Amino acid sequence: MQKMPVWADVVLIPLISLILAAILSALVILGIGEDPIAAVKMMVSGSLGSTYGWGYTLYYATNFMFTGLAVAVAFHARMFNIGGEGQAMLGGLGVALVALYIPWPHWTLALIGCTFGAAILGAAWAYIPAVLQAKRGSHIVITTIMFNFIAAALLNYILVNILRPPSSMDPATAAFPASTHLPTLHELLLPLGIKFSKAAPANVTLIVALLAAVFVWVLIWRTKLGYAIRAFGHSESAAKYAGINPVKITVVSMLISGGLAGMMSINTTLGESERLILNSTEGAGFIGIAVALMGRSHPFGVVLASILFGFLYQGGAELALWTSIPRELIVVIQALVILFTGALDNMVRMPLEKIFLALRRKEG
Amino acid sequence: MTLLKKVLGATTALAMTAGAAIAEPALIFDLGGKFDKSFNEMAFTGAQRWAEETGGTFREIELQSEAQREQALRRFAEAGANPIVMAGFAFASALEGVAADYPDTKFTIIDMVVDAPNVRSVVFNEHEGSYLVGMMAAQASKSGTVGFIGGMDIPLIRKFACGYVQGVKAANPNATVIQNMTGTTPAAWNDPVKGSELTKAQISQGADVVYAAAGGTGVGVLQTATDEGILSIGVDSNQNYMHPGKVLTSMMKRVDNAVYDAFTQGDALETGFNVMGLANGGVGYALDDNNAALVSAEMKAAVDAAADQIASGALSVHDYMSDNTCPVE
Repeated sequence: MQKMPVWADVVLIPLISLILAAILSALVILGIGEDPIAAVKMMVSGSLGSTYGWGYTLYYATNFMFTGLAVAVAFHARMFNIGGEGQAMLGGLGVALVALYIPWPHWTLALIGCTFGAAILGAAWAYIPAVLQAKRGSHIVITTIMFNFIAAALLNYILVNILRPPSSMDPATAAFPASTHLPTLHELLLPLGIKFSKAAPANVTLIVALLAAVFVWVLIWRTKLGYAIRAFGHSESAAKYAGINPVKITVVSMLISGGLAGMMSINTTLGESERLILNSTEGAGFIGIAVALMGRSHPFGVVLASILFGFLYQGGAELALWTSIPRELIVVIQALVILFTGALDNMVRMPLEKIFLALRRKEG
Repeated sequence: MTLLKKVLGATTALAMTAGAAIAEPALIFDLGGKFDKSFNEMAFTGAQRWAEETGGTFREIELQSEAQREQALRRFAEAGANPIVMAGFAFASALEGVAADYPDTKFTIIDMVVDAPNVRSVVFNEHEGSYLVGMMAAQASKSGTVGFIGGMDIPLIRKFACGYVQGVKAANPNATVIQNMTGTTPAAWNDPVKGSELTKAQISQGADVVYAAAGGTGVGVLQTATDEGILSIGVDSNQNYMHPGKVLTSMMKRVDNAVYDAFTQGDALETGFNVMGLANGGVGYALDDNNAALVSAEMKAAVDAAADQIASGALSVHDYMSDNTCPVE
């Protein structure tokens, strides 16, 4: 029996969670002697009030779309991929190798090449935990989080000892050749007569991310494989009885998940920094978990949740720039939203379900 | 969500407050954060001194992500902040792009050279200051063995080490110098536990003075040296106060002077290549009440004589970064 109408599940619960997080954040800001209303205004105008702000919001959102979709695909097979961070790091390595060592004549080809490079290395990094889970029963949560640390150490080693230009102090690769530079939204929208901010880092990868969202929707709800993934996620024994191979589904869904997480690096590495730097992922792999939870593992929800988190990131940067709110408290505000929308989902859901049940009983 | 966005969108019209023209200077800290007891904190001290003396105010930001380097530069430049000072070599690639877009804004980058008409590049002669504290280490050492603990293994830190070794050998040609780097990644700047381990290892090899050029890692070096009863040498800011009577001296890298200077000159900032060495007070050794008893009169005389010679150009200390080699080990 449906406990709640769909609109309550999809709109009301996230909205109430957000309002609760906002109230707590306001109290935090009040506590350090700043004006919460001015702070909210600043966050909103700084992230959504100009094409410049949108450019940054969408740049961050693009990262979260990829990692959010990655977590969502694994969720459908009832697997908790916390390894998005490591998979994205390896994806960055894939981007760097493809961009540095293959002479691309045009950015379109470089984008395709780097997408494959990122997806293949990201998927490869997810493959090992997937096989360990499928064949040996090693829990995927433990193995993927361990692989995050291995990825960080590996990337350190490669950047410092192999890919760093000898005279440079930064643990980073050389800059990618100019022919691989992706056009920003400014360059893309100019022919259409739209003046988008030149300075913002949002680039053509946003379109790739939206295509990836469509791909995930088709995959999960319109293909045999997607049906198998969902069936496996709902009940492993029933899926086995129906002739679905659990090893294959575990591995394939983790490969897709890892590939999507790896593709995040097209945005940060090929699109923004145009060279591979040590901390290019910056926790987006973990934010992806919150994004997938909030988006209910549906691609459309993931896209919307990504934009919300992009807003939080860019709004947080504006607060850091123009107020004396220290950066640690900005992280606290971001964390409150994650806590309420992700972890404390049931706190809002259960009372709401009771209210709706009571209402229905009255009607009955 | 869509409802939320409408509500948020409606408030944007009211909220265009940030970005009004300001003619304040701005300071951007690196990812290490403002209060690292070292490099970034020195920059903050200089800005603070300017604010107290002039009664002016300045903008500042501690970065949270790599993408914010360029963002902070652009936002401050757009808002009219002038000059904009950034602490750290990692800003170079972002600044190269931004400087050309804001020709009327003056920028100062510390520890790196960016060649643009509106950029002042401040680099320090760390090898000269390290030479002086090396001389003091050799004179204070009874075992004839002294230690060096670097942070991340980059050319800049080898420059510290090379100047130090030259100073040690100048004071005592037979002295041995043990050198260790904490690591090869940025984590090496903030690993006091590893710093402590390295100090113990150097003590077991006979070192009785250690010089830490390792940012936050140095806190562990100084602590362990004090616990084990040997002398240590601090870096960047004057760290003598951290363990009074136990820290021989500190190699001062006057990042605060660079920031203060840039803020004082304001929008008339002189651009170009700016070397802060012994001659203009950019580097030096620290002498205060905390270490007065450790520095003998003859030590001070020898070091001051060397400092005068370096400042006048009579004595030249080899700079590791000029050819990526060091003449002494």
